[in-house]
Amino acid sequence: MPLADSPAPIAIELSDASVTFGRGSRAVPALAKTNLRIAEGEFVALVGPSGCGKSTILRLASGLVQPTTGAVIVGGREVAARALRVGMAFQNPTMLPWMTIERNIMLPLKIVEPYRSQFRKLRRTAFRDKANALLEQVGLKGFGSNYPWQLSGGMLQRANLCRALIHEPRLLLLDEPFGALDQFTREELWSILQGLWMTHKPTVLLVTHDLREAGFLAGRICVMSARPGRILDDNSVEFARPRTVAMTFEPDFVALNQKLRALIVDARATPQEGG
Amino acid sequence: MPDLDNLRQKAWSAGLIVLFFVAWELFCLMTGMSDLILPRPSQIFTTLIQKFPILWPHILQTLATTMLGFVFGVALGVVLGAIIGVSKTAYDTCYPLLVGFSSIPKVAIVPILVLWFGSGTVPAVLTALSICFFPIVVNIATGLATTEPELEDVLKALGASKFDILWNVGLPRTMPFFFASLKVAVSYAFVGAVLSETVASNRGIGNVMMTASSNFNVPLVFAGLFVLAGLGVALYVVFSLIEGRVTGWATRKNDLIAT
Ligand SMILES: Nc1ncnc2c1ncn2[C@@H]1O[C@H](COP(=O)(O)OP(=O)(O)O)[C@@H](O)[C@H]1O
Ligand SMILES: [Mg+2]
Repeated sequence: MPLADSPAPIAIELSDASVTFGRGSRAVPALAKTNLRIAEGEFVALVGPSGCGKSTILRLASGLVQPTTGAVIVGGREVAARALRVGMAFQNPTMLPWMTIERNIMLPLKIVEPYRSQFRKLRRTAFRDKANALLEQVGLKGFGSNYPWQLSGGMLQRANLCRALIHEPRLLLLDEPFGALDQFTREELWSILQGLWMTHKPTVLLVTHDLREAGFLAGRICVMSARPGRILDDNSVEFARPRTVAMTFEPDFVALNQKLRALIVDARATPQEGG
Repeated sequence: MPDLDNLRQKAWSAGLIVLFFVAWELFCLMTGMSDLILPRPSQIFTTLIQKFPILWPHILQTLATTMLGFVFGVALGVVLGAIIGVSKTAYDTCYPLLVGFSSIPKVAIVPILVLWFGSGTVPAVLTALSICFFPIVVNIATGLATTEPELEDVLKALGASKFDILWNVGLPRTMPFFFASLKVAVSYAFVGAVLSETVASNRGIGNVMMTASSNFNVPLVFAGLFVLAGLGVALYVVFSLIEGRVTGWATRKNDLIAT
């Protein structure tokens, strides 16, 4: 929540940013001119038909893709990839099979300064404690020395969140992180992610297909049109935190869900013309 | 339980080998086969033991050429594999040439090598090298090229350089591929070395067999064959054991702990 008279600084801003993959007759417009502004510490969910450019927005925000037109400003400067140290997590947890969970989670510390230059010195002490503190927070206390194949899908996804957060990024980008999990595991992970966000307060941009998930976690939900996507609707979600799974069945919450659903059904039915 | 199955499997394999030699022996005895055509296994083993002092320096020679060719082949294979595994362009550019080269029957290059270097150790080493580097190239390139795109995105978003990704993910992931290809490559190098020795050398087991054959010392020819089989298996086993020790993580999925 921004304070009344000093609004929180902008974490990400897309101004008229569009992305077209390929050139000439092969050009695929993935994202139409999009404007989006996210304040520091906000939790924003992106929903929309599949293929509409949600992942493309995340890749813009992380500097993995440059906008074809317009600009992307992250933390007050134009995005230069490699300079951002953004935390990311995908549906596939991609833990490295030859390392313990603890060492997997410490991987970003091997790459990002200032941790990088201290890695050899602190990997058995301070960094390890840092990893284990995060593991404890996501309910994986004592699993640090296990290998990835010894953990279930839900546990791996918790570890994935830890890896995305270990270097204390100010921006966390999540691309359908819970898409492959069963309903109960997913709901468990919502609470865990909410807890992580409430303690670490990074800016979060979450792509999801699950409208209940968006409503449970986000402070703002952006609905996108079919490809090439643009933002059709921007809802703020005011339910008090910490939210519970029971809240997702209350009338207000269900009404929000219905509204979003109608918007997406509409967007799917009316594909956009050209770029 | 799996241990018992494993043991039983091994017993069957050993039994089959024994059975093979017994059948061979009986076949020769019953048909009265001349030992100028097919000696009995018992004769071959006797010759092997009697002639072992003479064979020993040749065994060392063959092993030395094999290992030299293997070491250079691995070095070349690693460098080429790393280049084409890291860059898609290099991969597409080099692959046709590599495939073309690897499909030349290697016997055909021995005369050329002899022309350049004379007969002896050098062409044997080079033949071993030229056969064994290819599986290394393919496996290194495959290992490097199979990094999950999501993980690459995660690391690039952190500001990782291409080298960071290669060092932390690409290389360790390639290790099982690399060690698996070593055991194949060492067998290939062995084939290459013996091949060249047979055609163009006055040392090595290949040459011993060639000489014995022209003297109609058929039991010695077969003794040489047995030595080759033994060495081939030994090299393969040694490198399989190394593979198992170094890259256990790649196969460890099978023995899931019960929790
Ligand atoms: N590297 C690429 N090259 C060409 N087309 C791409 C590329 N990445 C994404 N696209 C296309 O851009 C569109 C938007 O993709 P994406 O952002 O991944 O959608 P989603 O909303 O499902 O995450 C899709 O139609 C996809 O096929
Ligand atoms: Mg996507």
